[in-house]
Amino acid sequence: MRRGRFTGYWLMLPAGLWLALFFVIPFYSLLATSLFDPQGSVLTGYDVDYRFANFVDALQQFWEPLVRSLWYAAVATAICLVLGYVLAYAIAFKAGRWRTLLLVLVIAPFFTSFLVRTLSWKLILADDGFVVDTLQFLQILGDDGRLLATPVAVIAGLVYNFLPFMVLPLYASLEKIDGRLIEAAGDLYASPTRGFLKVTLPLSKPGVVAGTLLTFIPAAGDYINAALLGSPNQRMVGNVIQNLFTSTGDYATAGALSVILMVIIVAMVMLYIRTAGTEELV
Amino acid sequence: MTGLQRAGRWIGEHLVLAAGLLVLVYMFVPIAVVMLMSFNDNSESRNVYAFRDFTWSNWANPCRPDGMCEAVVRSIEIGLLATLVATILGSLAAFALVRHDFLGRSVANTVIFLPMASPEIVMGSSLLALFVAGGFGGRLGFVTIFIAHVMFCLSFVIVTVKARLSGLDQNLEQAAMDLYASEWTTFWRVTFPLVFPGVAAAALLSFSLSFDDFIITNLNAGQTVTFPMFVWGVAQRGIPMQVNVVGTVMFLISLFLVVGNMLVTRKRAAV
Repeated sequence: MRRGRFTGYWLMLPAGLWLALFFVIPFYSLLATSLFDPQGSVLTGYDVDYRFANFVDALQQFWEPLVRSLWYAAVATAICLVLGYVLAYAIAFKAGRWRTLLLVLVIAPFFTSFLVRTLSWKLILADDGFVVDTLQFLQILGDDGRLLATPVAVIAGLVYNFLPFMVLPLYASLEKIDGRLIEAAGDLYASPTRGFLKVTLPLSKPGVVAGTLLTFIPAAGDYINAALLGSPNQRMVGNVIQNLFTSTGDYATAGALSVILMVIIVAMVMLYIRTAGTEELV
Repeated sequence: MTGLQRAGRWIGEHLVLAAGLLVLVYMFVPIAVVMLMSFNDNSESRNVYAFRDFTWSNWANPCRPDGMCEAVVRSIEIGLLATLVATILGSLAAFALVRHDFLGRSVANTVIFLPMASPEIVMGSSLLALFVAGGFGGRLGFVTIFIAHVMFCLSFVIVTVKARLSGLDQNLEQAAMDLYASEWTTFWRVTFPLVFPGVAAAALLSFSLSFDDFIITNLNAGQTVTFPMFVWGVAQRGIPMQVNVVGTVMFLISLFLVVGNMLVTRKRAAV
């Protein structure tokens, strides 16, 4: 720590101001927007009175996409956790001197446009494409079955797009584990499976928690995958909010839905962190 | 250990590696498709989701689709400007958080984590609500996109630079001071070169976040079209193959930069 009692404040000030003005205060605006009365009189404009019924209306009208978003995000996160754990484990313990290169390869796809990559999934999962043909040949998919415009396609897109967010924190926590602990488990006659379950897995918990949050939260709010790979039947809450803001212009309902989504996510995150019991976060 | 056990262990060890590599391959399948489609000649066909013929023409005329290159240039402009501002503000804040003790430091640390953990749709809509409430609803465009991009890049910059800074050995700076270097000289000759790879990585990350963002941008862009918004716009009608050229170029440039940064970091670490 250096001298200069106020240097810390001066250094923090510009970034702090930017975040306060354009991240913290906007939440207040959003809250205010969600309470607008859509029937506000012409004379007084929107700021007549608060209308808490907006929340009830929004929930009644759009509970389906809301529940669907949370469900898709949960399934995608679970799949990401399995795939991401295997990849992170392989890099941390089995890759030897190729570690850094493999890590670079994990983030590399991330640098190609999100939208362009998602559109290329559309091509991979296309009706007469290789994947669908193979699945039909194997009788996994019916002859007129398809992947596009189904929940499978949307979840596959979510898994693909958010996998790096799972792999990186998992790798960070696996890498910190002292290999001697795992050896010790072996010396004490623990089978590799038992050693993994009793030593490696518990020690990697901070990574599991961080990765799960970093995957679940953006996935629940995402609408690109649902829009490009799904049909209106796979519409997620993000699609609804976006639509209400830009096409319908129903700011009140859109704001209410955003607030509801945020509240649900914060509640779930708190519950999850409490259950998982990691003090390092929050 | 019996031969059977040894065989079992060998398979076990290599199976994990093989499965991991398979996951990695899965991550590259769409990139390979993007690269392949950049050579697709679909001028004869209305189906843009199938490979027909090989051609160089998409690479030779990347700017043929109306408005695409303008959108790319606009994204680059916004990205560079947002990266510059976010990197400077974020690096200063990282120094404050790692090297200085001040009231509210732990609150600042939490607030910085929040933008990374909020859904983009919520951040985007709350910023839009602010702009509309502030009377800027009709004037959304370059400036509002820039403000939004700096906002969401800041946290990533701060976290990246912080990680680099807290890993630094402060004895090096002490030594420089002991050798009568002024505080300023110490900063520029010792601290800054050591932190630079972290700053560069942060800048690279924030440029790519800015260039790639769709959700927040779309809400706050008004009539201004960035590259992701262009792609979104044409996605319903059938994408021009040149979009894949842009995707491929982006991938190659960033891979080059990431590997470059990695090599520089490793070289400095070795010295």
